[in-house]
Amino acid sequence: MSQEIVGVAVTFLLTLLLAYPLGRYIAKVFKGDRTWLDFMAPLEKFIFRICGIDATKKMTWKEFLKAMLTINLVWFVYAFFMFLFQAHLPLNPDGNPNMTPDLSFNTAISFMVNCNLQDYSGETGVTYLTQLFVITFLQFVSAATGIACLIGVFNAMKEKTTTNLGNFWAILVKTTTRLLLPISIIIAVLLAFNGAPTSYAGKDTITTLQGDTVQVSRGPAAGMIAIKHLGTNGGGWFGQNSAHPLENPNYFTNMLEMVAQVLIPLAMIFALGFYIRKMKFAWVIFGVMTVGMLALVIPTMITEIHGNPLIAKMGVSQFNGATEGKEVRFGAAASGYWSIVTTIISTGSVNSMHDSSMALSGLMQLLGMLVNAFYGGCGVGILNYYIYIIITVFIAGLMVGRTPEFLGHKVEAREVKIAALVTLLSAFLIKGGTALACYYFVHHPNADWATKPSAWLNNPGYHGFSEMLYQYTSSNANNGSAFAGLNYNNPFWNITTGFAMILGRFLPIIGPVAIAGILAGKKYVPESAGTLRVDSLTFGVTTLAVIIIITALSYFPPLALGPIAEYLSMH
Amino acid sequence: MKRRSSALFPAHLVGAALKQSFVKLKPGVMARNPVMFTVYIGTIIMLAVCIWIKLGATSQGSLAYNVAIFLILFVTLLFANFAEAIAEARGKAQADSLRKTREDTPAKKVFPVGEIYTDEIKIVPSSQLRKGDVFVCEAGDIIPMDGEIIEGLATIDESAITGESAPVIREAGGDKSSVTGGTKVLSDKIRVKVTTDPGESFLDKMIALVEGASRQKTPNEIALTILLASFTLIFLIVCVTLKPFADYANTPITIAAFVSLYVCLIPTTIGGLLSAIGIAGMDRALRANVITKSGKAVETAGDLDTLLLDKTGTITIGNRKATHFWPAEGVEEKAFVEACVLSSLADETPEGKSILELAGATPSSYTLNGAKFIGFTAETRTSGVDVGGVRIRKGAVDAIRTIVTKAGNTIPLATDQKVKEIASNGGTPLAVSEGGRAMGVIELQDIIKPGIQERFQRLRKMGVKTVMVTGDNPLTAKYIAEKAGVDDFIAEAKPEDKMNYIKKEQQGGKLVAMMGDGTNDAPALAQADVGVAMNSGTQAAKEAGNMVDLDNDPTKLIEIVEIGKQLLMTRGTLTTFSIANDVAKYFAIVPALFIASIPALRALNIMGLKSPESAILSAIIFNALIIPALIPLALRGVAYRPIGASALLRRNLTIYGLGGVIVPFIGIKLIDMILALFM
Repeated sequence: MSQEIVGVAVTFLLTLLLAYPLGRYIAKVFKGDRTWLDFMAPLEKFIFRICGIDATKKMTWKEFLKAMLTINLVWFVYAFFMFLFQAHLPLNPDGNPNMTPDLSFNTAISFMVNCNLQDYSGETGVTYLTQLFVITFLQFVSAATGIACLIGVFNAMKEKTTTNLGNFWAILVKTTTRLLLPISIIIAVLLAFNGAPTSYAGKDTITTLQGDTVQVSRGPAAGMIAIKHLGTNGGGWFGQNSAHPLENPNYFTNMLEMVAQVLIPLAMIFALGFYIRKMKFAWVIFGVMTVGMLALVIPTMITEIHGNPLIAKMGVSQFNGATEGKEVRFGAAASGYWSIVTTIISTGSVNSMHDSSMALSGLMQLLGMLVNAFYGGCGVGILNYYIYIIITVFIAGLMVGRTPEFLGHKVEAREVKIAALVTLLSAFLIKGGTALACYYFVHHPNADWATKPSAWLNNPGYHGFSEMLYQYTSSNANNGSAFAGLNYNNPFWNITTGFAMILGRFLPIIGPVAIAGILAGKKYVPESAGTLRVDSLTFGVTTLAVIIIITALSYFPPLALGPIAEYLSMH
Repeated sequence: MKRRSSALFPAHLVGAALKQSFVKLKPGVMARNPVMFTVYIGTIIMLAVCIWIKLGATSQGSLAYNVAIFLILFVTLLFANFAEAIAEARGKAQADSLRKTREDTPAKKVFPVGEIYTDEIKIVPSSQLRKGDVFVCEAGDIIPMDGEIIEGLATIDESAITGESAPVIREAGGDKSSVTGGTKVLSDKIRVKVTTDPGESFLDKMIALVEGASRQKTPNEIALTILLASFTLIFLIVCVTLKPFADYANTPITIAAFVSLYVCLIPTTIGGLLSAIGIAGMDRALRANVITKSGKAVETAGDLDTLLLDKTGTITIGNRKATHFWPAEGVEEKAFVEACVLSSLADETPEGKSILELAGATPSSYTLNGAKFIGFTAETRTSGVDVGGVRIRKGAVDAIRTIVTKAGNTIPLATDQKVKEIASNGGTPLAVSEGGRAMGVIELQDIIKPGIQERFQRLRKMGVKTVMVTGDNPLTAKYIAEKAGVDDFIAEAKPEDKMNYIKKEQQGGKLVAMMGDGTNDAPALAQADVGVAMNSGTQAAKEAGNMVDLDNDPTKLIEIVEIGKQLLMTRGTLTTFSIANDVAKYFAIVPALFIASIPALRALNIMGLKSPESAILSAIIFNALIIPALIPLALRGVAYRPIGASALLRRNLTIYGLGGVIVPFIGIKLIDMILALFM
């Protein structure tokens, strides 16, 4: 068992070791310094030319956001129609059908917003064409969108006073060519050598040891598996995601995929430090996020390693920990670590069944998504954290007797309003959605829908409640992992989670970019002894306290009725 | 300076405030405060529930329980209103006591009569005076109205306003031409032109501010209200969604429980105290004898980065003093001191007196026969005495040099050197000659106010930069600046220099405060973020600034900064406290709601509260009681300590954050134990 824990520790340290230089590299790329990938420049110029982009044009925060939203709308329309007509398009060796409009709506949003909630199964629901040219494409650009918006915020923070957030198009393209593409290629090659399929052929037939024959889906999967983690997307090629032996063949690929998904979120923290030349600030952020991560990982790993108390009561030995819903080749510890990493970072890929996790682990996974800023997704993690910073700056600033300031700019009513709105939104989407589902489940169980509400849940009671809560939490956090155990491929879930995903994506991006843009446009106030420093340990601890209090106060009742009630009734 | 301090809750104010607590229940007034307004709605809902039960509803629990909840909510509203009312009453009482001094005083109004300007003076009540009217005051009269002297000079006792018993001189045409209603003329006669109509004086404006009619929310207050409103919305979502969640869990929840949970969770503590805190800030300023023209000015004071302080009166005691005799080469020290004393015997200036003081001489011990004292004139720039045919002169080094050169002598090189040395040490050299021969120099020094260095030290720790403004030459200014410990200085300052300095600082994003009294200070007072005009100053200066200091005390700026910081801190800490309280309230109410249908949640009842009903009652009783418990803190303000921002945050976070988590656990448990005796 200790060997398993060492494996987890090594995985994390390895990620950290790679993330630090990567952060410095990212800062260099966007500062325009020379890097060893400068040979990509002609390709970028070519893209700018054919798209008619003036890459030197400066953008205000409003122009920046307008560009971001416009291109996302284009991607949505493209994806929606591709899914709708995929059966008639090429590269469909298995003859998979078109998506229904509601599923297409949900799936197009899901991949556009970097959520990757999959209400379909990869083997039967999509074709190689849509897997590659819609899903994989969106996995690149949605990750790049998040990173580009964060770089825009970096630009706002870097200068004393500026209205220029940089050129959205240039940042978007550079993020793809200089960061996502090169690293994805390396990961994809490593995956392919370890057994992830890279074939355009359709299903293959194998004979099992028992002598049965089974049809096994294949496809050019390795590339998608690489970007799915690197871009914190999480949507798998196969329905079972990274629990599937072809998507995650062995312990090495498991480690590789865990490193890949944490890499950029960690690197962006250091990039912040290098880019705005406030390394101490970056370390404080890293510290807070890491403490938060450990506070979720440690209880999860302990509870998974100890196994299920109800099974223990029956006198069954669980020397391997809780194994229900887990792959034996990864074990309880690594699966526990993965389940937290994938929820605190908005990846949402799974290598075990979260529905089978212990109640306490389920609580930790939910908390990871509710906070959504302990590292968080590509770019968006720090954007979410930015909102917590603004609220902390405001309350803490008042407590030291000054009008609150963040990096030399006064935080006033308008910024507080935006930050409050973003905070309010998650509470509304998650609890409102779950409440709506509960309402139909209780009061209209036999509504004549594609799936009757009474048939939604595989589990009754607290666990069933957790399943619904998890679905909306995952959608709002743009996480995309599923608790499973919920029949979600029907209009009710497809449409409501679709809206939760799209609102949960764009408002938390628009909010920080707008605040950063407004702040950067204000007069710069030099620091004095009376100014609260945001790069201090005290401020870090205060931020953590604010995160804990806001999350606890917003979500205590539903958590008490779901995982907490389940946990307490098991012990 | 008279400190107007009084008990927090004087009996006569409490009565009025209690009455106001009910008056403020008007929906229009309640709607000004979104947080408390929702409690208001909750209370009405509970009233309806009580009536419903009376009419026969059975699903909502006992009538007594529901009535208890209704009453506690109602009292919560009253407590919040009381907090605001008592703050208003205190501020108003303070301002009233200042205003009372000038009511219904007989005024000698001047009526211009006929073509030829023959004034007629009639006695009218002061309330009949209008802007532009002229009145006359003689020795013994109380000045009936604020105004500006247009003719004459008088000594005035301003103790009614400032508490300072020493009389002051006010005269027409300078920067000290303003007189305040309620003060008393001690000597001479002045003609005064009324500058404000009744009801429009600064005090009247301030009373209106305190009373709420014209009170506008300050920028930080608006931002905080938004944050509190969003917390309120989050908790509204919590409570509304709890209904379907409870339906799923097959748990019936009464309306009383929903309303109680909601009221407990929303930040009623800070919501109820917010306006009281703002009023108390203005009130504290008034207690320091500063009239503020808006709440915003007090708030801005907490953010100040730079203070412009006049040297004289703020940093140094008014006058210079002789500190050293430096005889010239070949002159006996005794002879030199003798010459200095003789030349100063008739010198009535503070400098002259200080020379005698330093020499240890008393004028009466000198009997000079046939001595002729020569006074100071602008032409000679010297003064002195002719005694026994010898002309002793004392004056500026240049003036003495002329005398000495005329007599065919020179000032010795060593003395010239000394002159430069004195200047660079911040002193002023005075040369003395006897019979055309240079005798030596007297060193005069500015005396820095005792304790002022510590105050500047304190300001530096707050992050406030101090700038000394002086008419001295740069060398002297630099010396005094260093000695007093100010961060910067403006030497040989003209009024426009102040203005330029303020603008320069503001361009760098800093907030600047200054104090001034003259008409030529008015533009800079208007430009400064906080401009404090002295009450003795001109009307123009008072109009331009956003505060008026009744004490005319230049060190007042330092106090104003602390009052501003206290105001912001009190808001921040009570917000933190209010939100932190919710943790305990959740642990009281959530298990209470679900314990019947989900027995496992009993484990969450970590306080071991007796029954679901007593848990809910305890939580809302605590929620109500904490408001009056914190009124004293809201009115007094959280003490500011200049220990650096991070240390201050740690301190306040521990007291109000951690304390805010722990206190309600104890409080709710105690209330539950008391309730258990009755239920």
